[in-house]
Amino acid sequence: MTATPLLSLRNVTKVFETPGGKVRALTDVSLDIPRGSILGLVGESGSGKTTLGRCVLRLIEPTSGEVFFDGTDITKLNARDMKAMRKRMQIVFQDPFSSLNPRMRVHEIIGEALIAHGIGKTGRERRDRAAALLEEVGLRPDQLDRFPHEFSGGQRQRIGIARALAVDPDFIVADESVSALDVSVQAQILNLLNDLRLKRGLTMLFIAHDLSVVEYLCEDVAVLYLGRVMEAGDCRSIYAAPNHPYTKALLAAAPVPDPLVPRADVMLMGDIPSPLNPPPGCVFHTRCPVAMDDCRHILPTPQPVAASISAACLRLNETVSC
Amino acid sequence: MAGASAAVAAPSLFKVLIQRRSVALGLAILAVVLFAAVFADVIAPHDPGVMSVRNRLKPPSAEWWFGTDEFGRDVFTRLIYAGRVSLIVGIDTAVLASVIGIILGLTGGFFRKLDAPVSRLVDAMMAFPDILLAISLVAVLGGSLANLILALSIVYAPRVARVVRAATLVIRELPYVEAARALGTSTWRILVHHILRNMVSPVIVQATFIFAYSMLAEAGLSFLGVGVDPSTPTWGSMINGGRQYIGTADWLILFPGLAITLSVLSLQIAGDGLRDALDPRLSKDL
Repeated sequence: MTATPLLSLRNVTKVFETPGGKVRALTDVSLDIPRGSILGLVGESGSGKTTLGRCVLRLIEPTSGEVFFDGTDITKLNARDMKAMRKRMQIVFQDPFSSLNPRMRVHEIIGEALIAHGIGKTGRERRDRAAALLEEVGLRPDQLDRFPHEFSGGQRQRIGIARALAVDPDFIVADESVSALDVSVQAQILNLLNDLRLKRGLTMLFIAHDLSVVEYLCEDVAVLYLGRVMEAGDCRSIYAAPNHPYTKALLAAAPVPDPLVPRADVMLMGDIPSPLNPPPGCVFHTRCPVAMDDCRHILPTPQPVAASISAACLRLNETVSC
Repeated sequence: MAGASAAVAAPSLFKVLIQRRSVALGLAILAVVLFAAVFADVIAPHDPGVMSVRNRLKPPSAEWWFGTDEFGRDVFTRLIYAGRVSLIVGIDTAVLASVIGIILGLTGGFFRKLDAPVSRLVDAMMAFPDILLAISLVAVLGGSLANLILALSIVYAPRVARVVRAATLVIRELPYVEAARALGTSTWRILVHHILRNMVSPVIVQATFIFAYSMLAEAGLSFLGVGVDPSTPTWGSMINGGRQYIGTADWLILFPGLAITLSVLSLQIAGDGLRDALDPRLSKDL
């Protein structure tokens, strides 16, 4: 690894207290995102991807653990310091319809970020900046006075990106930012994100459930299952040779657009267990094709398996074909 | 192009409103009531306060359109002046109750810790019968027009508070509010620009109904003798005064009664129409 990563998560844990009991959404998540790179976070529904994205920005307070941003543990910051930090970290949401206030015009939506951080003293200045941002994300400045409902899903997502860029952040959480869009529009938004990353030197946490999207955009990937990191590391290596049985199953289940390619030989049965009552031992043992007795009571910790790749499985060192 | 959409939106809301014939009729009746109240001095054929023993209890005629009361005062003239009081009470109560209700509802809906105390307070207030609570409040505050408005506002504010709280609970969780928090937007700005701005329509609709309820309540209170002071004509006190003559001079209660019924009914219809017209699903093609 190169110099200090821009974002470092150390043992981030989030437990939601609900009437039905404690929900362990995240347990001991530790990840690093080097400057200028994109980490893809994948996992099934309910694996805690979105919760992790929110914890990184402290939109949800982690129950324990540390989030180091550029060397500062932001979980310890007070309200005022956190507000200053928000200028450096932003989020782009999944749903381009509910993430824009329907009663605000585009220039107000983008201008709000500027007001919050005292950028652009006059309305005129803020408008000019908003116009420049619109152009940067591929929209026309004459669309500043329109309301969100006058745009298509892809255009609205561009507005969401412009809003996130307004404060000139170093880091962006993209929470399933393309999964609500048509495939052709997805490609446009992915390219936009990639261009912006290169141009502005952005670092990103890219949350997705589409594995091919992650492969296209990200340097690193982290696989989340029931709030725990199963495998993390260099994207290309992991896609070529997954180490963890869950990663293998996920990659095998991803559709390949070629009818001649034989279907997956590893298929997972059933659903992800309830985080209200996670299984003891390895959380994946209930669905793991190679689970053994020890998996039911011994919790595997992430082990380095290759340069910059780690996985949490008891049977890593065995040569098991699954 | 872009600016035109906003300019078009205002008249088209009215157009959508009057598409329904009942709403158009309701708005027309309201316009007549409002016009009569505003220009009462010009329209009224007689002086509302002058008594005349010679002219007492005259039936409706060319000179006394709606007849005269037991003191020989022109019922039509008094009806118009009484409309002023009703409208003042209605509008002021609608505005004040909305303001109080919005503050209560936003507080309860947005700040989790304050939700239970605020909601219980609202529940407790709604448990009282409207008129009974208003009577006790007027009794405590003293009988004047301002106190009547204040009392009615306190009575009706919980209705707004409930609507606002429910809407706040929904909007608070929407991604655009989360986006605003991620941007570091102040709580105050989130409350005003993101939450309040997105519930303008239900609040306006609720305010229209409160307008109607409070006119009705004012009439009821005046009828019971706890409204504004007796020398000011109001529809309720006119009915109360005419009660004794119900067998011989039914015009004394017929016309104020009609005035109350028509005003309240048309306000309710207008409120219904407004609710439909402001529904984003129906007005999308504006």
